[in-house]
Amino acid sequence: MKMDLGNWQAAGNAPDSQPVPAGAATDRPLAIEARGLVKRFDGFTAVDGVDLTVPEGAIYGVLGPNGAGKTTTLRMLLGIIDPDEGVRRVLGAERPHDVAHAIGYLPEERGLYPAMKAHEAIAFVGALRGLPLAEGRRRGKLLLEEHGLGYAADRQIRQMSKGMAQQVQILACLVHEPRLVIFDEPFSGLDALNQGKLEKMMRGLAERGTTVIFSTHVIAHAERLCDRIAIIAGGKVPFAGPVDLARDRIRPQVRLETRAAEGAWRAALPADARHDRKLDGSSFFYFPLPESGIEPLLRALIQGEAGILSLSIERAGLHDAFVAIAGEAAARALDANPEEERAR
Amino acid sequence: MTTTPDRSGGRLTALSAALVVARRDFSAVLFSRSFLAFLIGPLFMLAVSALASSVGQQVEQNAGRPRLGVAMAPADTAAMTAAARRIDGELDRLLPELVPLRAQPGEAPAATLAGQRGAVDAVLSGTPEHPVLTGSAGMVEAQQVPVRLIAAAALDTRPRAMPKVTLAPVAVPSGTNKIARMRTAQLGQTVLFLLTMLLAGMVLSNLVEEKANKIIEILAAAIPMDAVFLGKLFAMLAVSFVGIAVWGLAAGGVLLGGGHSLAELAAPAVGWPAFLALGVAYFAMAYLLLGAVFLTIGSMASTVREVQTLSMPVTMLQLLVFFFATAAVGAPDSWMARTAQIVPFSSPFTMLARAAMEPGLAPHLLALAWQALWVTLFVRFGAQLFRRRVLKSGPAGGAQGRSGARRWLRLGRA
Repeated sequence: MKMDLGNWQAAGNAPDSQPVPAGAATDRPLAIEARGLVKRFDGFTAVDGVDLTVPEGAIYGVLGPNGAGKTTTLRMLLGIIDPDEGVRRVLGAERPHDVAHAIGYLPEERGLYPAMKAHEAIAFVGALRGLPLAEGRRRGKLLLEEHGLGYAADRQIRQMSKGMAQQVQILACLVHEPRLVIFDEPFSGLDALNQGKLEKMMRGLAERGTTVIFSTHVIAHAERLCDRIAIIAGGKVPFAGPVDLARDRIRPQVRLETRAAEGAWRAALPADARHDRKLDGSSFFYFPLPESGIEPLLRALIQGEAGILSLSIERAGLHDAFVAIAGEAAARALDANPEEERAR
Repeated sequence: MTTTPDRSGGRLTALSAALVVARRDFSAVLFSRSFLAFLIGPLFMLAVSALASSVGQQVEQNAGRPRLGVAMAPADTAAMTAAARRIDGELDRLLPELVPLRAQPGEAPAATLAGQRGAVDAVLSGTPEHPVLTGSAGMVEAQQVPVRLIAAAALDTRPRAMPKVTLAPVAVPSGTNKIARMRTAQLGQTVLFLLTMLLAGMVLSNLVEEKANKIIEILAAAIPMDAVFLGKLFAMLAVSFVGIAVWGLAAGGVLLGGGHSLAELAAPAVGWPAFLALGVAYFAMAYLLLGAVFLTIGSMASTVREVQTLSMPVTMLQLLVFFFATAAVGAPDSWMARTAQIVPFSSPFTMLARAAMEPGLAPHLLALAWQALWVTLFVRFGAQLFRRRVLKSGPAGGAQGRSGARRWLRLGRA
């Protein structure tokens, strides 16, 4: 058997920046469907009415600032904790433990038994998911070999670096060939080289039909990998859907370069436009595309003899979209419940 | 990679999942250095106590042998000491030690005794025909028969050998050895209690270590928490059986080597094989009950200090339960004994004592079923509490939040 998970070792440090095509997964059956999930701890509402739908075979990002409720949401999806309200259906099952054999999970707080050898640790995690131990050991060695860690198969976890142990744990959550993999902050603790390898591995999994869900607060990973995302802020989901839709939530940015800095044409620019002056006397202005569109603005600039050197309209990045959406949600939550949000 | 779910081996039953955890824990504990220390610790204690007991016996033997100063005429003194030496060997050093004294002519024996300043316990004067023993009332009372024996031997010109007695021990019929059986019952309870406490502590440390290693979330995501708890309890139970086997063999070796046997204890009412089997079963129940409680406590604590703080009340409570069960042995038909048999935590101890005191196995089967029911309830409750209280993120829990001890206290108020 070849454990083809996408070659981590060969991936190099230049991750493929092409995201998996959006929409390709949307007409598939749902791997996860959650409605109105609520979780309270001692009166503190960690998750407040989260809805999520994740199509099978998608790479789905759960984005949010620290303490937003990402981990609690993932734990509810995995059945580690039960929601106080709401329903969840994971791979068609209402109780996630019923399909635990088809799920792989990398928790945010990494952990393996320090005295265990690498291939034994992989086999143990596989055994917890129903894979016979002997088969787990065999696959464990194979996986380590394929990912350039064969030399460490008999090494104890305590003898490994943190990054290496994390790679072993990632392989461990894939050893039983799950249909759904949930990674909680998978990139933290990995160097840039291994982050690239992990991205490639995740793409490989999705191409083969495995649903991949991961949480992160590093937007660049989500932008490169995901076709759909959910943004969690203040325990709520202010946005869930395709990445492009998130970008479209904020207006494109206009980047204008002019020969002159002042003139009657300045009245056509928004008052809060950012202005940078270059050494050669030319000026740069940045501002959101006006609701009236680019044409009236362009006419005003020409009529006002602004001396346009360049003008471009840039679509918002996911980072900008995230900051805007999460920021608005946080501000709304703070208005609604200042005590709880300060605690968060 | 194909992602067909059937290649993964399929869903685990709760029992299979518990066995996966148990197998890992068992082998991890068994091959750890701490297990060796765990095994050797009681053996050291056994060796030290055996040594101390042997030395103590020697000291007791020497210290317990009274010294009688002989203040007779020189010929009588010689005759008395020679006679004492002659028969002492045959009486296994039961006679007092005779020490010749040089008394001043005309000195009263009481004055001689006072002049010895405690070097002798009494003074023997007069003649072998009419010996006079001067000393404290207790001493002279206790030593009069040995002195008569020595005097008779001193007067006998023809040394006589003392005939050997053939010993014929027989089992004393039931009803006449109630006190002896009570001793067996109490010994059984004590061993059960010590083992239970030792192992419950170990399972607690094991869970705290697991939390420190952050494994618990991987386990909780893959299998039900009940299975995790049960697996951990099974593992430590298996470890304890290994320990009991080793300690039992060692203790048996020491006892047999020292010429002792189980026959020295009164045979339990249900017989030794059934008593030992019930002992193992009741140990398992007592351990599983206490272990479940300790595991629940362990799930609340994140440091060893918190564990100590939280487990102290339970340990004290368990000590009370033990005393309760011990007291019930003395009054087997009382309301206290009945209550101790019903209360889950004292039931294994009390029922083991009952096995020593009263025949019949049916009540034990009932008691084991009752205790098993409580084990199930405790494991379920502990698992639920664990899921509810520990695996949570956000400011109310984990590293960002309040300590486990505080959470426990809050739970107590709830």
